[in-house]
Amino acid sequence: MTRLERKESLIRIALLVVAFSAISVLVVITIFILEEGVPIMVKYGFKRFLFNLDWYPSEKSYGLLPMVIGSIMVTFGALAIGVPFGLACAVFLTEFSSKRLRRVIKPMIELLAGIPSVVYGFMGVVILVPFIRETLGGPGLSVLASSIILGIMILPTIISISVDSLEAVPPAYREGSIALGATRWQTTRMVMFPAARSGIIASIILGMGRAIGETMAVIMIAGNAIAIPRSLLDPVRTLTSNIALEMAYAGGEHRQALFATGVILFVIIMILNTIANVTSKRRKT
Amino acid sequence: MTIRRIRSIHTVAFFFLAGLALNVGCSRTAADKGLTVAGSTSIQPFADRWAEVYMHEHPGYAVNVQGGGSSAGIQAAKSGAADIGMSSRELKDDEEDLLEIVVARDGLAIIVHPENPVDDLSLVQVQNIFAGNIRSWKYTDGPDKEIHVVTREEGSGTRGAFQEMVMGKSRIFPRAIVQDSNGTVREIVANDMASIGYISLGLVNERVKAVRLDGVEPSHEHIEEKIYALVRPFLFVTDGPPKPAAREFINFVLSREGQELIEREGLIPVFRD
Repeated sequence: MTRLERKESLIRIALLVVAFSAISVLVVITIFILEEGVPIMVKYGFKRFLFNLDWYPSEKSYGLLPMVIGSIMVTFGALAIGVPFGLACAVFLTEFSSKRLRRVIKPMIELLAGIPSVVYGFMGVVILVPFIRETLGGPGLSVLASSIILGIMILPTIISISVDSLEAVPPAYREGSIALGATRWQTTRMVMFPAARSGIIASIILGMGRAIGETMAVIMIAGNAIAIPRSLLDPVRTLTSNIALEMAYAGGEHRQALFATGVILFVIIMILNTIANVTSKRRKT
Repeated sequence: MTIRRIRSIHTVAFFFLAGLALNVGCSRTAADKGLTVAGSTSIQPFADRWAEVYMHEHPGYAVNVQGGGSSAGIQAAKSGAADIGMSSRELKDDEEDLLEIVVARDGLAIIVHPENPVDDLSLVQVQNIFAGNIRSWKYTDGPDKEIHVVTREEGSGTRGAFQEMVMGKSRIFPRAIVQDSNGTVREIVANDMASIGYISLGLVNERVKAVRLDGVEPSHEHIEEKIYALVRPFLFVTDGPPKPAAREFINFVLSREGQELIEREGLIPVFRD
């Protein structure tokens, strides 16, 4: 082996070690969460975690159902707000706006993604929550408030990925459709959307992942009550806020139950990621 | 046996990673070989004041004050991770073997919005409001509005004390809003006409109103005369007799100077000349 070759293989090994150390963190986290969370789930039975309404750790009652439903409600609420706005914005940027306008608006939207979540939460507490309390009633800290704030937080994800996938549609599709006499909107609806479908779905699923994992903003505006909300104006607790709220004080089984919360969250997010991977893979073929 | 070994390896790995992250930020705490005081976040701000003045008067001594909660503090004292544990609730049966020293007392105030016409509640009413049995202010001679109950998170020392002194065996009802600090509870009550919460008496300010309990105003005088019902001790716990360094700090805390210091911050001192 020459000196050059030796140097080359040395660098290769160094890069390999660095690359695997990043993955090993993932492995450590996974094993850690599972090992802390699974024993208590086995001890009390899976059913008593997932299909139980009472979360009273001091009485050894660890029902996660209100939080699972809370997470799902808040996430779909966020999608109900983020998806129409996000898609409308993406369509406007790719199909109806001038190039110059797009060059101004798109970086601004991407800037939205850089705002820390605690700032969104603070805005929610100061502006949105009092507004809901005074106009619609209830305590203001609610499913509705968290859905609106999360809906805004997932906009950048939905917009930028949708814009990318709409832009990736070959220009011949659009030109062909217009040449056949279709209007801009007809072209968007019947040609562009179907052609960019898998990318748009992937953007929605990634937005969903962001919404379900968000913690700080939700703790501040959701109210964190441990009951299944009966209306959009009721307070709600998500799986992530349950962990973050109680971690600081928890010991013993309570702490393990929080890890079990993490296991459930982990499984939900894995399912979402798998769906996202499958749909985006289909896009390439 | 193997399972335990594997777990401890993971724990070590986890703390190694966490330690790496922490070391960058605050290598100072690791370098100081001094006294460690850890536990209740309710006592922490006052312990910080004590430590500050104590270190100023005793150059060369280092007192590290850490949070973590009452239960964690008691555990730390037991395991030796901390020289002194801080607890804002009474010790449980399985913790009785530790030595406890009452370093201050704190009143628990039931707070409502300043414009709420209700300013007197009975202990039974408070219990029924937090248990979810009384759902409207009209049953407490207030307006016909739904009560928004605000409580602390499970595991908090303040919640533990409230549970013990007010709720007894009954549960705080699940639809109550949960907040993770005295400050956020106060913030919500200050902004919502229909809400009720409980916080440390020292943290009550002009933005919220502390209601009379069975006709008794929550004040230092009434707590000292033992007529106000909601008083909890702030404890320092040690595993056996405190070491010389810890004893010296505790002596300072219990001295007139130490007690006056926290009286100014809103707590009730344990000794009075």
